[in-house]
Amino acid sequence: MGERLDDAPLVTEPDAQGGRAAGPSHPLRALNRKFHGRRRLGVGSLLGLPLTWMLFVYIGSLLLLVVSAFYRLDPATQKPSSDLTTENLVQAFKFWDPDVWGAVWVFFRTVGVALLVTFICFLIALPVTFFISKVAWKGARRGLVVALLLPLWAGYLVKGYAWKAMISPAGGRFAAAGKGSGGFLESTVGWTPGYGRVAIIVTLVYLWVPYMILPIYAGLDRLSPSLLDAAGDLGARPFRTFRSVILPLLLPSVAAGSIFTFSLTLGDYIVPQIVNNGEERFMFGTVINSTFGAPNQPLAAAYTMWPLIIIIMYLFGMKRLGAFENL
Amino acid sequence: MALLASLSVVAAACGDDETTKSTTADTTADTTADTTVTSETTTETAAPDTTTGTGGEVDYMWTPNADALAGAEGQVNIVAWAGYIEDGSTDPAYDWVTPFEEMTSCTVNVKNGETSDQMVQLMQSGEYDGVSASGDATQRLIAGGEVAEIDSAEYSSYADIFEGLKLQPWNSVDGTPMGIPHGRGANLLVYNTEAFADAAPDSWGVMFDGGTAADGAISVYDSPIYIADAALYLMATQPDLGITNPYALDQTQFDAAMALLGAQEALTSQYWALYTDQQASLEDGSVLAGTTWQVIVNLAEANGALIDAVKPVEGATGWSDTWMLSSKAANPNCMKLWMDWIASPWANSQVAVWFGEAPSNAVSCELDGMAEHCDTFHAADEAYWTDVWYWTTATEECLDGRTDATCVPYTEWVNAWTTLRS
Repeated sequence: MGERLDDAPLVTEPDAQGGRAAGPSHPLRALNRKFHGRRRLGVGSLLGLPLTWMLFVYIGSLLLLVVSAFYRLDPATQKPSSDLTTENLVQAFKFWDPDVWGAVWVFFRTVGVALLVTFICFLIALPVTFFISKVAWKGARRGLVVALLLPLWAGYLVKGYAWKAMISPAGGRFAAAGKGSGGFLESTVGWTPGYGRVAIIVTLVYLWVPYMILPIYAGLDRLSPSLLDAAGDLGARPFRTFRSVILPLLLPSVAAGSIFTFSLTLGDYIVPQIVNNGEERFMFGTVINSTFGAPNQPLAAAYTMWPLIIIIMYLFGMKRLGAFENL
Repeated sequence: MALLASLSVVAAACGDDETTKSTTADTTADTTADTTVTSETTTETAAPDTTTGTGGEVDYMWTPNADALAGAEGQVNIVAWAGYIEDGSTDPAYDWVTPFEEMTSCTVNVKNGETSDQMVQLMQSGEYDGVSASGDATQRLIAGGEVAEIDSAEYSSYADIFEGLKLQPWNSVDGTPMGIPHGRGANLLVYNTEAFADAAPDSWGVMFDGGTAADGAISVYDSPIYIADAALYLMATQPDLGITNPYALDQTQFDAAMALLGAQEALTSQYWALYTDQQASLEDGSVLAGTTWQVIVNLAEANGALIDAVKPVEGATGWSDTWMLSSKAANPNCMKLWMDWIASPWANSQVAVWFGEAPSNAVSCELDGMAEHCDTFHAADEAYWTDVWYWTTATEECLDGRTDATCVPYTEWVNAWTTLRS
């Protein structure tokens, strides 16, 4: 088929046929003739612009980030100056120094939070998507998936502040009249985690769970029901079927979903500021953000090397699990 | 399930919206009823009479500079402290943006800065025409070439500025003004009047030593500059350390301040950078004492918070702010007009009352109803300001004049604060 596209002229020349009137030739037709038979030119002009964008804007800005980690901060003006130094990187990675220990500890805590959020998203997504794709009435499937993805329609900040309002804890004894009754959870359930670490994790799970649901649903959709029947026929109990049939086949999908949940959590710095009243440096993103605002741009750039390294390691790990075939 | 969740989120969001609306209405009612009442130390006076009477003729006491007006760009983008640029949307009685826009046809766009550090960073971006900078930001902005020097002849308001505020180290270079003084104030100790019903506190010890009803419910300003507040307290309580200026700390003194702040964490329930966070906590009673700005006290009290604020016996850190013109301003004429306007008697009195600070324009104090405010905030009383330490950028060269010691520069303050707060 490719040969036909390359060799046979797609547009038959009107002159050659001699049938139609040779009117003024269309400018697009002239362009078409230029590209005809020149595959490289065609591919090049199709991909050139996006590739340039990718190289300069995307990769380029990442490189710039790495380079700016070597700039020296002028202490008087707090602007980066162009003479280079490794001081920032040393400071960012000097985890044995108690003065820097704080930031490093926050980073590892953030990795822990990212793994936890990913795991909880998986725990929520798996049964829900399994129910939709294998148990629920076929006609309702599409609607249920849409319902699960519906929260993506609302803005990130809107959802963050909605959670802030929902989990608002009751105030103290000396609250102003009409204040301090707490948010939705407090007034209906009578309990709320309050602002803090639990609130951050809950909110992040809520925000990212659709990104786990989508690839797992796609993976389950491809999983033939006959495989489950076969496992049952061979005497496997449900758990055995899950462990030996479903999970191995689903692993690449889970890995693909976890890339989203893990990296989105690792880089988040806004949710901790919204639902964490006064402990906003709980996560590494806020440390980078506040260092950038210090303003100490070079040190902030040096700090970003931590998540960069972890994400690269994570992506390699997920590649081994076959995640990229499922993205 | 998720659908249900999202619906409840929407419901919660709507509910929240309604509450906001009703509180705004309350605020308006409160202010008209008895224009903000506070204690003897920080008594708030009524807004100048000129604001009342909608449709009535108000004398704005300002004529735009003809040259700047001729070149007005139609808009201006300003970095400012919350409460410095009010267009009546927070409280209809306080609007000094609309008259300015009507007189100059410069639309005012505001970006609120949370800390001096953030303001410096925003100004470094070069996207703003000017800034209301405190002393710890002005020095960095001047050193970095972010702001341009001004020609005081272009500003009709400059002549009436208190002499004590002109040509100070933080707003001038070699006798050339780098901006227009805005006003000054002190960071105050706010406390819940019910929790402290027996005895009102008058010392920062509430926030550092504890042992009061507010233990575990303290609210602290989340910025490295707050290290100076700890140093200020040590200056009064541990004279052996020899601190004479809370912004000039050698390593020993700095370590002592950091140790004090480390111990303070056990008493603290909130570190605030966004003023609305502290306001909400003062209202719902989850914070019983803390370091604050008068404007937050006013806003929270308008919503019924049972609080009061005081300048403690140890003195306080504070600010002396300056309006500065960006050296890369895209709208320099509109910014010049704004700087002249905000320092003019009427506008300056408005912002001083709203924010709760001393005005910089001496004529402001002669307006109706302003005498008491200027008295309360010691606008012309230089002696009052001797124990108020204006925010300043710490440098290696000790600011207190010591030559036998090296001081901890502000970049180290930032690192120490990050570590403390991690």
